[in-house]
Amino acid sequence: MEWANQLCENRQFGSKMTDSKYFTTTKKGEIFELKAELNSDKKEKKKEAVKKVIASMTVGKDVSALFPDVVNCMQTDNLELKKLVYLYLMNYAKSQPDMAIMAVNTFVKDCEDPNPLIRALAVRTMGCIRVDKITEYLCEPLRKCLKDEDPYVRKTAAVCVAKLHDINAQLVEDQGFLDTLKDLISDSNPMVVANAVAALSEIAESHPNSNLLDLNPQSINKLLTALNECTEWGQIFILDCLANYAPRDDRESQSICERVTPRLSHANSAVVLSAVKVLMKFMEMLPKDLDYYGTLLKKLAPPLVTLLSAEPELQYVALRNINLIVQKRPEILKHEMKVFFVKYNDPIYVKLEKLDIMIRLASQANIAQVLAELKEYATEVDVDFVRKAVRAIGRCAIKVEQSAERCVSTLLDLIQTKVNYVVQEAIVVIKDIFRKYPNKYESVIATLCENLDSLDEPEARAAMIWIVGEYAERIDNADELLESFLEGFHDESTQVQLQLLTAIVKLFLKKPTETQELVQQVLSLATQDSDNPDLRDRGYIYWRLLSTDPVAAKEVVLAEKPLISEETDLIEPTLLEELICHIGTLASVYHKPPSAFVEGSRGVMHKRLPARTGSGESTESPDVGTIAGGSGTETAPSIIPSQGDLLGDLLNLDLAPPTTTGPPPPTSGMQMGGMDLLGGGLDSLLGGDIGGSAAMGAGFGAVPAVMPASLNAPMGGGLGDLFDLGGGVGMPLGAYIPPKTVWLPAMKAKGLEISGTFARRAGVIQMELTLTNKAMSVMTDFAIQFNRNSFGLAPAGPLQVLSPLSPNQTIEVSLPLSTVGPVMKMEPLNNLQVAVKNNIDVFYFSCQYPISMLFVEDGKMERQVFLATWKDIPNENESQFQIKDCHLNSDAASNKLQASNIFTIAKRTVEGQDMLYMSIKLSNGIWVLAELRVQTGNPNYTDLEISVKCRAPEVSQCVFQCCEAVLKN
Amino acid sequence: MIGGLFIYNHKGEVLISRVYRDDIGRNAVDAFRVNVIHARQQVRSPVTNIARTSFFHVKRSNIWLAAVTKQNVNAAMVFEFLYKMCDVMTAYFGKISEENIKNNFVLIYELLDEILDFGYPQNSETGALKTFITQTGIKSQSKEEQSQITSQVTGQIGWRREGIKYRRNELFLDVLESVNLLMSPQGQVLSAHVSGRVVMKSYLSGMPECKFGMNDKIVIDKQGKGGATDEAGKSDLGGSGGGGGKQSIAIDDCTFHQCVRLSKFDAERSISFIPPDGECELMRYRTTKDIILPFRVIPLVREVGRTKLEVKVVIKSNFKPSLLAQKIEVRIPTPLNTSGVQVICMKGKAKYKASENAIVWKIKRMAGMKESQISAEIELLPTNDKKKWARPPISMNFEVPFAPSGLKVRYLKVFEPKLNYSDHDVIKWVRYIGRSGIYETRC
Repeated sequence: MEWANQLCENRQFGSKMTDSKYFTTTKKGEIFELKAELNSDKKEKKKEAVKKVIASMTVGKDVSALFPDVVNCMQTDNLELKKLVYLYLMNYAKSQPDMAIMAVNTFVKDCEDPNPLIRALAVRTMGCIRVDKITEYLCEPLRKCLKDEDPYVRKTAAVCVAKLHDINAQLVEDQGFLDTLKDLISDSNPMVVANAVAALSEIAESHPNSNLLDLNPQSINKLLTALNECTEWGQIFILDCLANYAPRDDRESQSICERVTPRLSHANSAVVLSAVKVLMKFMEMLPKDLDYYGTLLKKLAPPLVTLLSAEPELQYVALRNINLIVQKRPEILKHEMKVFFVKYNDPIYVKLEKLDIMIRLASQANIAQVLAELKEYATEVDVDFVRKAVRAIGRCAIKVEQSAERCVSTLLDLIQTKVNYVVQEAIVVIKDIFRKYPNKYESVIATLCENLDSLDEPEARAAMIWIVGEYAERIDNADELLESFLEGFHDESTQVQLQLLTAIVKLFLKKPTETQELVQQVLSLATQDSDNPDLRDRGYIYWRLLSTDPVAAKEVVLAEKPLISEETDLIEPTLLEELICHIGTLASVYHKPPSAFVEGSRGVMHKRLPARTGSGESTESPDVGTIAGGSGTETAPSIIPSQGDLLGDLLNLDLAPPTTTGPPPPTSGMQMGGMDLLGGGLDSLLGGDIGGSAAMGAGFGAVPAVMPASLNAPMGGGLGDLFDLGGGVGMPLGAYIPPKTVWLPAMKAKGLEISGTFARRAGVIQMELTLTNKAMSVMTDFAIQFNRNSFGLAPAGPLQVLSPLSPNQTIEVSLPLSTVGPVMKMEPLNNLQVAVKNNIDVFYFSCQYPISMLFVEDGKMERQVFLATWKDIPNENESQFQIKDCHLNSDAASNKLQASNIFTIAKRTVEGQDMLYMSIKLSNGIWVLAELRVQTGNPNYTDLEISVKCRAPEVSQCVFQCCEAVLKN
Repeated sequence: MIGGLFIYNHKGEVLISRVYRDDIGRNAVDAFRVNVIHARQQVRSPVTNIARTSFFHVKRSNIWLAAVTKQNVNAAMVFEFLYKMCDVMTAYFGKISEENIKNNFVLIYELLDEILDFGYPQNSETGALKTFITQTGIKSQSKEEQSQITSQVTGQIGWRREGIKYRRNELFLDVLESVNLLMSPQGQVLSAHVSGRVVMKSYLSGMPECKFGMNDKIVIDKQGKGGATDEAGKSDLGGSGGGGGKQSIAIDDCTFHQCVRLSKFDAERSISFIPPDGECELMRYRTTKDIILPFRVIPLVREVGRTKLEVKVVIKSNFKPSLLAQKIEVRIPTPLNTSGVQVICMKGKAKYKASENAIVWKIKRMAGMKESQISAEIELLPTNDKKKWARPPISMNFEVPFAPSGLKVRYLKVFEPKLNYSDHDVIKWVRYIGRSGIYETRC
């Protein structure tokens, strides 16, 4: 330290404490003066002038006018001055391309300099000058530098290839730089290897299918060797690159893991996190009963904990990643709860993240400690943090049943503090606890009611109103309480208004005698005095329900609610897998896939975890298309988070899914979806007369009403199909129809079992259902409704179950579907949420339809159009898949696909490979182009390869799955 | 990768701006200023996304360093790089301040050009950088010097140059630990851990091969089983004698300077390396088991009516009576509406600091196995604020001359095969310092 100070003093003497003056000159005519100084004969003066120019440039002044004068200073043997001029050039060359050419000579000369530092400097700087003319001159020097004897020059040249590729990708390919770069992976110097890996990885990202990195066991071995020798940064490049490799089998993946684990002890947290990424990814492939698997799990915990003693910003990155790791593999950190306890001086962003992880790790074993901590946090200063802590207590109650009682009493203690936002937050979570444990804690309602007046946030007011409505029969003065809210009805937020409406209707159904007036009042407030269509609609629905059939109303409004799930805001499994592949990167910090925040081509490629494969299997690399994690013993949980909550809340729409702490926008979309489901369901339930009501019509305006006209669709479609046949398109085979599967088990639907499939018959999409009554009583009054979905599928007519379904009876129903319904993107894309109603209850299930149902008959593209479109769609949108073990020749494949409206446009045979070019048109007008490669030469080689190109790349996966199903059937 | 790097002063004026990628425009400089530095509310994350551009920032005193990118970069790497950048700047010109940055802006640009290429971090070891980024203008190196520089910057041992000579070969080892504690008012340990560092300052000639040994439980147990302790006792550097006479300690996790051969540690748990010249942080570690807690704090807070608090705090030292703890400071938080405080303490000095809302009690020295006490009466202004006082924990600072984890250095052996000095000729010094990290007791 002392010598550092000394050096610092020396330096300050050297520069005479004067450099900061450059930042303050703001005279008029400054540029003019600088010009004179730049052209001065005195070297010192020149240098001073260049410094002034750079300082002006830094603070954002435009000094581009000095370009020729600055470039004139370039020819110098003063390295410091040269670097300053280069800095200037990098900034302004683009704005003065013609002048920049003046610099070329010096660059080319410098690239030949005997001093390797100067050679490297020249090639490094040239790569940063994005002027076409200069780039042309760069190629020759770059080629030399890539083979320079000095490693410092080579490592700089390696990065320069990436720079050049960013300016002109074609040039880099034409000049063969990519091959030279690949050769550098075998360089003797580890830093050259690391930079070559970094450059190649970057270039490969913009060519997802180029196989540029060509990772194979030999090159992996080289990388692993370089890993031990290169700088900390180089280690990061190499580890990040390794993470993209797919080992052939569990043995290879174990041996890579073994060589990567030592990195967990590196002082650089980024090295550690990148190593964790490689291990988390390759671990997928190891058999769980392997001893090594357990050892690896144990080795991962300590370094993750150590990351928490890093600087706060790194802690934040680490915690965001740990949040993912804990969701993927809870066992790693399950004993480490204590390290996530919040410290008083932690920055707020660290505190909030720690809290999140604490809740995820909470279990019966540690709940007492966690609760004590949370109670402590609830008295801190930061409002957001306190709120989250209170919410966390509620989540503990829901997660760990044994602790529920203690949680509730803790929450009651907190309510006693009377701190406004604590009370409100507590009430919101208590509502969820009531949902989870019905008929257990209602004794606290009295205490809650005392705080009614202090609630000023909509969410808390809505929660309280829900509680009052739900337990109206136990609260003596429920009517008074609700009436008090009604006074300012129009000033309330929509959430509260909707909830109030529902609560009063509930109250009325429970205590009809004394609340008739109240319900009249709220219904008229909602229907006549409100501009909000949602509110009006719900008002009308209730009104009609109550006036036509109070019994039905009771069944609908007071229906039993499904339980809420234990874990909330879990990341959806496929996204989680993708994020695990991005550990350490921004994606893992944002918890979003790269495509959500990266523009353009980069990062569009979705990464997946490898599938488990035994070493006994063939040496093929794991199928790119198989869904990871799901294969093998475990089946990934198929429940989409918060969907259960959504369905549960359909009847209480304004209550957001419990404890949503995540981003709210999707929730509101889902709620809208839920609204449709209910609205539509009731619509069909109440029969046609509602359609006549003008108000209702207006209310449902947003939802395209079910058009009776579309019932004719089968006929029209049939005719169209006939013509099509007449046109000579042979249809030797029937379109592919997946076998029926059970969508709704009888267990879950009070005895009603529904299985079904989808088919496209004569241009009409049919949902083919088998309804079985496994209950003891007769079922009648069937109706069906869909939630919004990706392709706007909607029933084109009512569910035709004409006679009552008696016990043990089964009927087959076919429901024509239209594609003009409301659209909302689903995950997965072909997911469909369905509600089926009968005289007993309403049931919800979700199913997935093969996307081939949506392939329309006029999907055959003109050859020319096809060619143009194929070229027009950017390469990044192309995805490749493999279909394994498919014994089909190209003609058979073509016929099969044609039957499902996948049309072959052209066929070409190249080197024993048949290439089929195909087009598909989806019902919403999206075109999908595909290329199918069939090996004809080799009968043993039975894998088909398919490339899918589409302007909406998200459909590619679905299309592929569907092609696979069609071909294998 | 990193698209650009900006340095701002506290007002948000840009002092250094270096753009590495074409996708980062000049407007990014302003975006960060407006949305983060001048943000109305304090920014709640070190990573900010503004219009699809991500900003990473760290603050050193009142200087902001921001890295910008539009890609899915390795976030951990960006922060590590920013810290490294701070280290490099500190090594070159001392404290990171507006004055120093302005005075050295040319140097900073030169460094940024060298250590970040197209947004990829390159060798950033100050030892190596100082051989060729000197800011002395023209420097005509001989051909040998040049190739030596480049081979060092890119080489396997990028942190050390060849040909170092000292007349006296000497090395200093500092075991620096910070002991962290969170205790409940009842004296229950909620969490406790030691995070330690082994800092090595070496003045050794040539390319010395070093081997470091400590009382790591895993190693000791292994040797115990093997029977023969080949190198253990021979060059023992002597224990420090902390609290207990533990033979070995369980290390939860440790990380090493990049000079340490990690694969060797992983396989044999031996720590071998060629050290950088001068000072380096050889190792960091963390322990949670059998920690010697040097002090115990026993708080007693009583609320007497609405306008008075009585606080009594006892501290007990818990280590060998022959050792002395230094720089002891106990910080007792007081409510915001405190109007006056009377303090009585047996030892040291205590003062109420209104600006910090705390009573600060300082004791210069205290031997082991002693106790001391402070009592205070806090007068409160009556308020109608419903919110209760949060009662922040009582925190403590101190320094003790032993390692609270129980870690002991067993040996540090030096081999330099090419030069004629042996392990015995090297003069070695070991020092243990235990400091308080976050040492808090709730009250």
